[in-house]
Amino acid sequence: MIDDVNFQHVFAHIVATLTRILGPRHLSLAEEAAQDALVKALQLWPHQGTPSNPPAWLIQVAKNRALDLLRRDQRLVELEVSSDGERAAAMQTQAVAAGAMIAAVDGDPSSAARLRGETPPPDDDQLAMMFLACHPILAREARVALTLKTVCGFGVREIAHAFLAREEAIAQRLVRAKRQLRDADVGFELTAADYAERLESVLDVLYLLFNEGYAAHAGDRLVRSDLCREAIRLGDLLAEAGARFCTVNGAAAVHALLALMHLQAARLPARVGEDDVLLRLADQDRSRWDTASIARGLQHLDAAASGDALTVYHLEAGIAACHAVAARYEETDWPRIADLYDSLLGMKPTPVVALNRAIALSRVHGPRAGLAAVDAIAGDAVLARYYLLHATIGELALETGDRDRAAECFRAALACECSEPERRFLERRLRAAREGAGAPSP
Amino acid sequence: MPKYTLMLREDGTAFAGLSPADFQAIIQRYGAWRDELQRAGRFAGGHKLRDGAGRVMRRNSSKIVVTDGPFTEGKEVIGGLFVIEAGSYDEAVAIANDCPHLDYGSIEVREIEVTRP
Repeated sequence: MIDDVNFQHVFAHIVATLTRILGPRHLSLAEEAAQDALVKALQLWPHQGTPSNPPAWLIQVAKNRALDLLRRDQRLVELEVSSDGERAAAMQTQAVAAGAMIAAVDGDPSSAARLRGETPPPDDDQLAMMFLACHPILAREARVALTLKTVCGFGVREIAHAFLAREEAIAQRLVRAKRQLRDADVGFELTAADYAERLESVLDVLYLLFNEGYAAHAGDRLVRSDLCREAIRLGDLLAEAGARFCTVNGAAAVHALLALMHLQAARLPARVGEDDVLLRLADQDRSRWDTASIARGLQHLDAAASGDALTVYHLEAGIAACHAVAARYEETDWPRIADLYDSLLGMKPTPVVALNRAIALSRVHGPRAGLAAVDAIAGDAVLARYYLLHATIGELALETGDRDRAAECFRAALACECSEPERRFLERRLRAAREGAGAPSP
Repeated sequence: MPKYTLMLREDGTAFAGLSPADFQAIIQRYGAWRDELQRAGRFAGGHKLRDGAGRVMRRNSSKIVVTDGPFTEGKEVIGGLFVIEAGSYDEAVAIANDCPHLDYGSIEVREIEVTRP
């Protein structure tokens, strides 16, 4: 029974429901009530047994707890009212408002389906919570942290772990973000105008979550599949519950991002080989790609063709599709990929895009053309710390027969931050360069 | 078979750092631990005590003095207890050793004394 329950999602549901009822300025209280419900479950269930409907139990306990917390706040307000005549009127208003909230929490019908053990309808509260957490007034990293905390139900330690940050830094970031939302008096209910204004920011956060999961920067796991899974889940939510808000172009962008994520995720099972070594596209066993995921990705790519706006997600999904539909590495449509990277570089002129474009050029025009393109960007300070820059030059040098330069580059790549599977891959390539073993293409 | 109480101590801050996924994992292990004891016929009951709602009573010369407490802030208090059956004190400790409560609190293992001279 309890194995079917996802506590992270129940937590997120509670936070979203309470935040809608109480308003975003009570977001911390909503989180506290949800957390306290989990504490109660941990303390009570071992003694009195697991309830027959755990989510319903948690939601009810959280609501009761929210009432207690509000009453506590209200008592504090009333105390102040009696001692400070000047602020009495304002306080009185607040006290009345808190009373109305208490009644609203008690009578709220939104969780009724869950309380009855039925499958809940698409969750509008989750959608609104996502758009609140991704509000453009917040810094980008604050949006990501707040989304993971309130919409995905991650803990502070887990967020810190995912982004290689200190727990205190994440905790402070969350507190500051909530204060900003409160100070800006942001509402919870999502309007079409809010949706249009914040969609780009929401897509950006999902893209970042997915990429962080897809290529974890360090640690012993190449892929943090939970981050990828959450990004896709929220993308689906955006496509379903958000459909009624979307303009044609907005919907197309959502589908493009979903296409990209599904097409990339399809390759996850094949990216790490035996001995936990990273496998390049050329070396992957394509029969291990997830064909259902590829099919979903291509469907979303079709849907993304509506509208007249081209986003970076369209281009990146297009590139991912070129790889996904190639039955063998040798059948990859590199000229088309190079074209797509040309367009992408125009919209998103980052060193990493330029690097990937150089790799595509090397497949079309040979390793020397690739090296020329890489040399043009190798001076970039950020790129210099990126293992893939050095690994790419190493592979291309190896293809031209320059084993000394290749070995030097793989050593430089190993000095950069990378995950364990990536490190094992680089060590293997360094040995290949030293021993003059075969030089497969990158 | 002798009975033992596992007195579960925790302080108010013990849960602050736990995430929803942590709670789920601990609760699942807790369920498995309890099921195992029940299957083996070693589980003899358990209760959680209500938080912070107690009084401490003492006789002070002729009158009873009642104070609020126990206070949960800053120190460990008994939050609940299990009663188990075990062949020996060591076996009781081994059972407590697997109890997920140790993830966030401490356990005091005491034999329930039955002396029949």
